Amino acid sequence: MHFQYGSFPVLSGVSFSVGRGELCGLFGPNGSGKTTLFKCCLRFLHAERGSVVVHGEEISRCSIEHLARLVAYVPQEHKPPFPYLVREVVLMGRTPHLGGFFGIRRHDREITMDALATLGISDLADRPYNQLSGGQRQMVLMARAIAQDTPILFLDEPTSALDFQNQMRIWEIMRDVAEEGKTILACSHDPNHVAWFCDRVVVLGNGTVVAEGHPEDVISEVVLEEIYQDVCSVRMLDGVQMVMPRCVTERNGKQESNHPLHDTRFAGTCGDVDAKT
Amino acid sequence: MTEPTGFNHLLKRLGYDTSGGFGEEKKIIILLSLAAVLFITASVAVVLGTYNITVTEVYQTIFTHLTFGDIGGIPRLHNTIVWDIRVPRIILATSVGGALAIAGATFQGVFRNPLVEPYILGVSSGAAFGAALGIVFPAIFFSIQIFAFAFGALAVTFAYILARSRGETPIVTLILAGVIIGSIFSAFVSLLKYLSDDTALREIAFWLMGGFYYATWDDIILLVPVVFFSFIVLWALGWKLNVLSMGDDEARALGVNPEKYKFVVITLATAITAFAVSLVGIIAWVGLMMPHASRMLLGPDNRFVIPASLMMGGCYLIVCDTLARTLTTAEIPVGILTSILGAPYLCYLLRSKGRVIFG
Repeated sequence: MHFQYGSFPVLSGVSFSVGRGELCGLFGPNGSGKTTLFKCCLRFLHAERGSVVVHGEEISRCSIEHLARLVAYVPQEHKPPFPYLVREVVLMGRTPHLGGFFGIRRHDREITMDALATLGISDLADRPYNQLSGGQRQMVLMARAIAQDTPILFLDEPTSALDFQNQMRIWEIMRDVAEEGKTILACSHDPNHVAWFCDRVVVLGNGTVVAEGHPEDVISEVVLEEIYQDVCSVRMLDGVQMVMPRCVTERNGKQESNHPLHDTRFAGTCGDVDAKT
Repeated sequence: MTEPTGFNHLLKRLGYDTSGGFGEEKKIIILLSLAAVLFITASVAVVLGTYNITVTEVYQTIFTHLTFGDIGGIPRLHNTIVWDIRVPRIILATSVGGALAIAGATFQGVFRNPLVEPYILGVSSGAAFGAALGIVFPAIFFSIQIFAFAFGALAVTFAYILARSRGETPIVTLILAGVIIGSIFSAFVSLLKYLSDDTALREIAFWLMGGFYYATWDDIILLVPVVFFSFIVLWALGWKLNVLSMGDDEARALGVNPEKYKFVVITLATAITAFAVSLVGIIAWVGLMMPHASRMLLGPDNRFVIPASLMMGGCYLIVCDTLARTLTTAEIPVGILTSILGAPYLCYLLRSKGRVIFG
């Protein structure tokens, strides 16, 4: 797929597919085109060349109404001008399934309340949405996507504004949703989250796919080197892969110095990085 | 627990729910009370007037007409004052107030801005130009109303075309286009004022202030069905309007085609605004204030805001018009009253609930 804003190319030759029931992580530095990719997949923007096929259907031939029954989207951040209550916002997720005059059935309300309960934010139901904190709003948008009940979910940095507990909760929920057979494409800036929770990872850099595959293979120093230049080290901790900032591993390495690997493998120091950028 | 009665069933069919913890039963009661208040206001207003007619005589006249009775039994003068002047005036005030208020609620929703009024896209300037043409050149522009409506609608069409690029009409561009078109037509109105003689100038100034002096049954037969139809459609689109007010991309992701619904909703809101303005001139504030008042009572859900705006707008204009025709022996243009009464209210709103309402 290709896309450009004016004459500035953002996506050039991005191509990958996500299997049904997979939790696929989209990973890449700022400005690598993750959000643009989402917007193309949701038809907010029209791809220059190439196509997006969702659930066996070419999206440029789908109506907006139909697409919303296939794909739910959690945007990075947004704030509406009116003080809608949280449950009204979540109920909006049911819009593609409504019909008739107003069409909101009791069933839809129950799904709404269930979605709030799933995320553990039932206590927010009667609060005005635009007065919540950024993290709370993100939880609400996630609940809305769950209530939308689509086979595919696109999540644009769903954990960016969340505290540690809620980040884990969101990833756990994403895992649960994926277990139900739904497909999730989520982007994140935390390589560890991607490595720990995703079935597969696609790494974007400069508008192309840098690497894709199993997280343990993809979140490697070679790949991270290519997109972040000398800032990350990959370690194993209790059998779990951890990506750490190199300056931290360096510092620890100097203090302990019983790890001969540190001195040889990570010659580049934080000072070097600063000099380069 | 309430028993499932016929009324409850009807509400459920309409998508409202009286149970389930969504607190809608309270809102439905408020809506019904508003309807009652509107009815009572209208009933009181019809009795009031400079010419004293007793309450019984007023209602006897109305009742006779409603039951197609023999109007010969009623004094001619009473019949003219009540049935040909007061009743049409009140119905006209209700429908104009309602039309402006639902148009205001709609525009505020679509433009995602609670400070928008129905004249934002240049309807009023366009209509003023049309009316001024009709006043200054009556030989060519034979009807003030028709040309006010035509130019009002034309102004918005221009703004819409101006803002549209590559199949999309971004909100900011649309508002700016409305401002541009509005200022062009205002300039034209000033030009006409400059060219016109004293009587015409006076008439233009009077028209711009708005009023219900010339209310007739003919106007009502035209306006009421249009307002009613638009109201039903906009009410039914209330939920979609909620989704639209979240933003274009959000709306798309939630399966509401923003371009399609923006077009439908703006067209309807413009049509009723232009229609109302062409009949009574420019009446300010109703379209800005009443949606706010509705939101304060009922929250931002447009399924409630739109019917509430209709009733509150109607009520407000009945009150203003009744004051306009009873306060002094001569009539005060109603536009002056709506502004004088409206501005303090909005000040209060801004000071007390500013943060909740304006986000």
